[in-house]
Amino acid sequence: MTPQSAAPEESLIQASSKFHPTRLIDRVFYWLTLILAIGIGAVLVWITFSLLNIALPSIREFGLGFLTQSVWNPVTDSFGAFPQVYGTIVSAILALLFAVPIGVGVAVFLSEDFLPRKILTPIAFLVELLAAIPSVVYGLWGIFVLIPAILPLLRWIHSVFGWIPFFSTPPSTRQMFVTALVLSIMILPTIIAISRDTLVSLPPQLRQGAYGLGATRWETILKVLLPAALSGIIGSVMLALGRALGETMAAAMLIGNANRVNISFFAPASTIAALIANQFGEASGLQRSSLFFAALVLMLLTLAVNMLAEYIISRFQEVER
Amino acid sequence: MTVPNDRIANSAFKVSGNPQYVPSPTRGLFGKVMTGLVVLCAALALLPLGSILYTLLVNGFSRLTPAVFTELPPPPLVDGGGFRNAIVGTLLTSFLGALISVPFGVLTAIYTTEFGRGNRLSQFVRFCTNVLSGVPSIIAGLFAYGVVVLITGTFSAVAGGVALAVLMAPIVIRTAEEGLKSIPPDVRQAAVGVGATNFQAISRIILPAALPFIATGVTLALARAVGETAPLLFTALFNQYDVNSVWQPTATLSVLIYNFAISPYKNQQELAWAAALVVVGLILIVSIIARVATRRKVY
Repeated sequence: MTPQSAAPEESLIQASSKFHPTRLIDRVFYWLTLILAIGIGAVLVWITFSLLNIALPSIREFGLGFLTQSVWNPVTDSFGAFPQVYGTIVSAILALLFAVPIGVGVAVFLSEDFLPRKILTPIAFLVELLAAIPSVVYGLWGIFVLIPAILPLLRWIHSVFGWIPFFSTPPSTRQMFVTALVLSIMILPTIIAISRDTLVSLPPQLRQGAYGLGATRWETILKVLLPAALSGIIGSVMLALGRALGETMAAAMLIGNANRVNISFFAPASTIAALIANQFGEASGLQRSSLFFAALVLMLLTLAVNMLAEYIISRFQEVER
Repeated sequence: MTVPNDRIANSAFKVSGNPQYVPSPTRGLFGKVMTGLVVLCAALALLPLGSILYTLLVNGFSRLTPAVFTELPPPPLVDGGGFRNAIVGTLLTSFLGALISVPFGVLTAIYTTEFGRGNRLSQFVRFCTNVLSGVPSIIAGLFAYGVVVLITGTFSAVAGGVALAVLMAPIVIRTAEEGLKSIPPDVRQAAVGVGATNFQAISRIILPAALPFIATGVTLALARAVGETAPLLFTALFNQYDVNSVWQPTATLSVLIYNFAISPYKNQQELAWAAALVVVGLILIVSIIARVATRRKVY
């Protein structure tokens, strides 16, 4: 992703003027690397296919109704994952609402020279450490530290703004809002790293031109630099959305696994990933098949989001070159 | 990269009497407010990190006795105990993941940089790598469940390794590509010029030169594998006891943290914190080493 990899474009093939893999070992080696390179694409297809294979009985049984039904009853063998799909999307969008403004703010802070490089570099490294902390540790921290600390504040919000449907239930200890908050912390590094890369790699003439026309630093940032970096920032947000959709452990530990939709953010909810993590142990037959169906839905959702993100980011890089 | 304000102010074309252009008070104030806001953002972003590291140290350190490394996980309501089997299991599954993903990733990177640089297939491979790195870890776990657990009929460390390999491969490919690209073309020309075959040039000259990068990629991938939980829930599962084969259910630190964090027993919760401290400690040390070794940004 680093745009300034200025290594001259010369590969081994061009170095040896004509590529004749005459020797057996050369030929075998060439084909080996070629096959493995194609293998990456094959793995993606294989993953989708293997999920599809196990999900098939459930797909035959429920079809698209699976996405609109709100029952999850292993006793009667009737399954529908609407609450989970709803919870997955709403928690991810809530997480973006928290993370995007802060993430873009930090990216601007790290790409400008508010502070000397010597101070900014460690800060950037610390932000990247956020990405290195495992999901399960975020869950642990959420259960024992964040929830006890934030509940009083949520109770206050409920007492004052309880008339807004989103805050209409008293905050429970496992709920959507806190989960979204933890998800937003987890996706911050993605937004910050890619947005910052984009901002740093903008042509310096943009800034010089804006300053030359008499713009202040912040007018330059808001009216010139951010719009110019918009596609990179949008790409980073899409990637972060993909992360948030598929996040498992933190959600499984914090969201409360309620099998119904509640409009209030302070009520327990569920996500597809949390559903799978919590039920997989005792599932078999049609229930297991349905869990794989849900996983397939999640896979297609994240694939779509990630491919779009890839496309947006790669377009930006082409413009740059 | 950036042009500092003071360099613009100190350019050679100073107008005497008006050394510096000053914007109107409102515009200046707006700038100050915005600067304050982004500093606040940075503080907000680092607050959770500080809180997590602090609580890990406080809660985990008190339980970090030698017993933790030498004993087995305790049943509910029994005091003491440790997680030696989970430490072994974590190292085992991560190692198996590396065993699969490193050769795969390095050879793929060799194709895209040495044989097919810039061609259609290489672009396609890059696209697939990026998409694969965005695949949720839980999906990798279900995949390994489908292709290993169901076929062999048992949860195992191998299945865990396969799931982790899917998550590690993109990291290895990316760093190996960067490393191979950073080697100057003269090195290739020299190798070919003295009559090396392609295989010799790559195995004796190019790969050794790119080794620091590849090593960094492997360490970063291992750091990721050590912390992964979701894929292991469906593959390695958990085990109260030591394992003596890679075809058995295997305890790992991350799954132990999950099991004990949601358990109602104080002793098990304490062990979860200790295990979390060990995991995060491992990951941070490895990440910092990788960072210092290359001083390049890889994610």
